Amino acid sequence: MEWEVVIGLEIHAQLATKSKIFSGSSTAFGAEPNTQASLVDLGLPGVLPVFNEEALRMAVKFGCAIDAEIGKVSVFDRKNYFYPDSPKGYQTTQLHHPIVGMGHIDITLDDGTTKRINVTRAHLEEDAGKSLHEDFHGMSGIDLNRAGTPLIEIVSEPEIRSAKEAVAYFKKMHSIVTYLGICDGDLSQGSMRCDCNVSLRPKGQEEFGTRTEIKNVNSFRFVEQAINVEIERQMDILEDGGSITQETRLFDPNKMETRSMRSKEVANDYRYFPCPDLLPVVIDDEYIQSVRDSLPELPDQKKQRLMDVNGLSEYDASVLSATREMADYFEAVAKACDDYKLAANWVMGELSAALNKNEVEIKNSPVKAEQLGAMIARIKDNTISSKGGKDVFAALWDEKGDDVDALIDSLGLKQVSDTGAIEAIVDEVIANNQAQVDQYVNAEPDKRGKMIGFFVGQVMKASKGAANPGMVNKVLKEKLDAKC
Amino acid sequence: MALDRSDVTNIADLARLAIAEDNIGQYQEELSSILALVEQMNAVNTDDVQPLAHPTDAVQRLRSDVVTEENHREKYMANAPAQESGLFLVPKVVE
Repeated sequence: MEWEVVIGLEIHAQLATKSKIFSGSSTAFGAEPNTQASLVDLGLPGVLPVFNEEALRMAVKFGCAIDAEIGKVSVFDRKNYFYPDSPKGYQTTQLHHPIVGMGHIDITLDDGTTKRINVTRAHLEEDAGKSLHEDFHGMSGIDLNRAGTPLIEIVSEPEIRSAKEAVAYFKKMHSIVTYLGICDGDLSQGSMRCDCNVSLRPKGQEEFGTRTEIKNVNSFRFVEQAINVEIERQMDILEDGGSITQETRLFDPNKMETRSMRSKEVANDYRYFPCPDLLPVVIDDEYIQSVRDSLPELPDQKKQRLMDVNGLSEYDASVLSATREMADYFEAVAKACDDYKLAANWVMGELSAALNKNEVEIKNSPVKAEQLGAMIARIKDNTISSKGGKDVFAALWDEKGDDVDALIDSLGLKQVSDTGAIEAIVDEVIANNQAQVDQYVNAEPDKRGKMIGFFVGQVMKASKGAANPGMVNKVLKEKLDAKC
Repeated sequence: MALDRSDVTNIADLARLAIAEDNIGQYQEELSSILALVEQMNAVNTDDVQPLAHPTDAVQRLRSDVVTEENHREKYMANAPAQESGLFLVPKVVE
């Protein structure tokens, strides 16, 4: 049978506030356990949560960026469940009145076409602490530093049809929240996590099949792998006439399989109710407009601008705008050399090749954007040749120096652009190669262009590669043509 | 709505409360009568009434995003039954 894959993603993004969503504890990553857990975060009796205005602003910012309805009245609810890394016994979240309603983003598919994915909602909630299951004499260790870190949970419509589309969607969301500066986007530290809802249905059937949810997938690669192995698993069961159990599963990247997470799970009964400790959050049009006005240039807008204003190709524009880190680096290079096309060539060529080869992320590039820009500026003003530029790049990459001009000097890459010096070499080359000069003079005028290459080579050799090739060409042509 | 015995044990289980087998009947009665009390509201027509999240008209006040809390781990963990390396220790939970 032919199956259609139906995928919906729930992405949790930690908001980049300094303090927690309901307390004044720090949200900084990596502190000693429980040193950033206040009385509110610990869920002790007699405390009251107070909502962080920055978490609200960031959530509204996100809503504006995905063109969503913003909830002017949003309400916090309690989602009750028992787990020791949530000492209150409930998670404060938003059920019926989320801060962000229906919105959408566009993803680019492999064939270059665009697909719109609708976003059902995004709501504010608090993160839980961490349970550590190492050996504590048969007990579990609890660190509540993360408890109360603000999150937005972004829920997509079940409109994603393949693992590849899911990755494109996750990447686009990552790009949007990092462009907005509302999330640091560091997947390795859990700043963004993704739950993947996957089901299959016979092609043409309208009704959805039973879905499973793969929890807490924390890298782009794992999203693709987890969904693909889950599709395989479900397809095997369905093809054999079996049925899918609705359940939560975990992806094991070592075994390349998903497995059921809670074997004896009773149907969740979260007993949601409005949180009596928190009042409805009310915002007005003026507030929403002021947030909308503060939006930075977003990935799609940047791509369009790089094409329309800066003259880049669609491919270059989309690669250079795809992530905030890439875009920031590129823009800094372009600004330093004042040439978007040259900057694009170097960032996508020499730099990307070196980053890939050495498996270095762009944020850790040993060649800083300002250095690359300064070097390109020296190619532009003819101080060095493109080939000389590669030598400077290699020296910067190997951290043989910081200053581009000093490197150009120490590597002896400065081109000779002094007309007198070039003329002297050209005269010498012409005098020493009488036979080729005669050939040139006797050749048909339209053949001469090709023949000049020989002389250019000789001059470059005589100057030990230092002569400016453009000027050499010009001077040679003048002098040779004068003999014709 | 009358609760049966399994409803009571389920509620107790969700709340992580241990209740004696002998008391289930009593809870069954008491909880059912609370539900009966609330059920009286079903008689009222609420078609034009907005669900109420909070009984006052007040709206949520906001805090500036400033770190105001200091580390009081020693004090806050003083009454923890078990701890090690700055972590609370709890009966093993593995999913």
